[in-house]
Amino acid sequence: MTRSISLIGLTVNGVRHELAVEPRRLLVDCLRDDLGLTGTHIGCEHGVCGTCTVLVDGASVRSCLMLAVQADGATVTTVEGLAPDGALHPLQQAFREAQGLQCGFCTPGMLMLAWELLRDHPAPSEAEIREAISANLCRCTGYQGIVDAIQLAAERHAVPAGAAR
Amino acid sequence: MKPPRFEYAAPHKIDEAVGLLSQHGERAKVLAGGQSLVPLLNFRLATPEMLIDVNRVAELAYVRPLGSGVAIGAMTRQDTLERTDVVRSRLPIVAEACRLIGHLPIRHRGTIGGSLAHADPAAELPAVMMALDAELTAVRHGGRRTLPVEQFFTGVFTTALAPDELLTEIRVPGLPPRTGGAFIEIARRAGDFALVGVAAVVTLDDGGRATRARVALCGAAPAPIRAREAERVLVGARPDARALDEAAEKIAAAADPPGDIHASPAFRRKLARHVGRQAMELAVRRAGGAS
Repeated sequence: MTRSISLIGLTVNGVRHELAVEPRRLLVDCLRDDLGLTGTHIGCEHGVCGTCTVLVDGASVRSCLMLAVQADGATVTTVEGLAPDGALHPLQQAFREAQGLQCGFCTPGMLMLAWELLRDHPAPSEAEIREAISANLCRCTGYQGIVDAIQLAAERHAVPAGAAR
Repeated sequence: MKPPRFEYAAPHKIDEAVGLLSQHGERAKVLAGGQSLVPLLNFRLATPEMLIDVNRVAELAYVRPLGSGVAIGAMTRQDTLERTDVVRSRLPIVAEACRLIGHLPIRHRGTIGGSLAHADPAAELPAVMMALDAELTAVRHGGRRTLPVEQFFTGVFTTALAPDELLTEIRVPGLPPRTGGAFIEIARRAGDFALVGVAAVVTLDDGGRATRARVALCGAAPAPIRAREAERVLVGARPDARALDEAAEKIAAAADPPGDIHASPAFRRKLARHVGRQAMELAVRRAGGAS
């Protein structure tokens, strides 16, 4: 029952992967280094900055606070999953237009939070948007651009309510 | 940083988990939601030889009515707890406190059992459970015991759990009619650890006098504490402004808070009096029928 190498299977952005990981492998490192999905950024590595936020079975989690073995059998959505064809997702388009990013480091995490928020609350108030993104740190926009971008995305129904996870 | 090497087991049953605990004892750590333990691993402040991951133990994740109270499985996520009807209707103070724990991505993973067993002095749920007279069940290989929450917290990050015990259930008794509860905390930013938080639960009689009061604090001592002197001021009294002021003084006197970069002990004590008064006042108002 105890293991030093684990075989896991997980579905990331609709693609099934099977791989062998050490139990200590963080989910974020598995996504970036094992699967080459470097859209998910890694910042503080202790659950404060939120830039590594992904959706696991549809719920936002910090992928630096989850082991890859814990995602065995799970469905994971990363920022790459928003734009599978390379064209910007309408949510990303709104971030671009409203200047919801500057350096871009926090953007993948912010997008995943925003996607979840709009899925569950299609017409959020400004206070709800601010509460949702308070989970993550941005050191350059001052947040106003991100709030504007999410409001713009909400007006455009960029994320269908109750969208598939 | 990255976690050190460890052996890993992910049992599916309580029996298997406590079997592993009895086998490995102090070598092992139980991994619940991981929102505190994984940072400690990443910093290598914790270097257990083995992790026993109980996230796949389905029989630890439930919320169900028990008499007029609620029984909560230790692996119930904080976000689930906040959204469960029986919690919202019977123990609204629990939902109110859950909302203040970290942020949504944290609450998606964080569990009630993990919060209690980790015993961070600033954590919300330990103080709330103290104000609700919760009973905790711990299971070990070949035995189980139930202990009142007041005997559970023994110091900073320290509980009465033995190395081979697993916290499995939290039972919260039902509250009498005309009871109100409130949890209020002060943090530097939304989602930060509280500098101080106060949970108050007050029962009124038909004449508006308090017949029962519980006041518990987090962030005010090495472990969550009850402010018994404050409770004594309230019980038997009409909780008017004067009684609340007096009880708030007793809360400040009960607090023995730490000082750190975020706040001095004196400031934390002042905050305890301030949020304590607010929490008691809100609890009284809710006991009288306001929401």
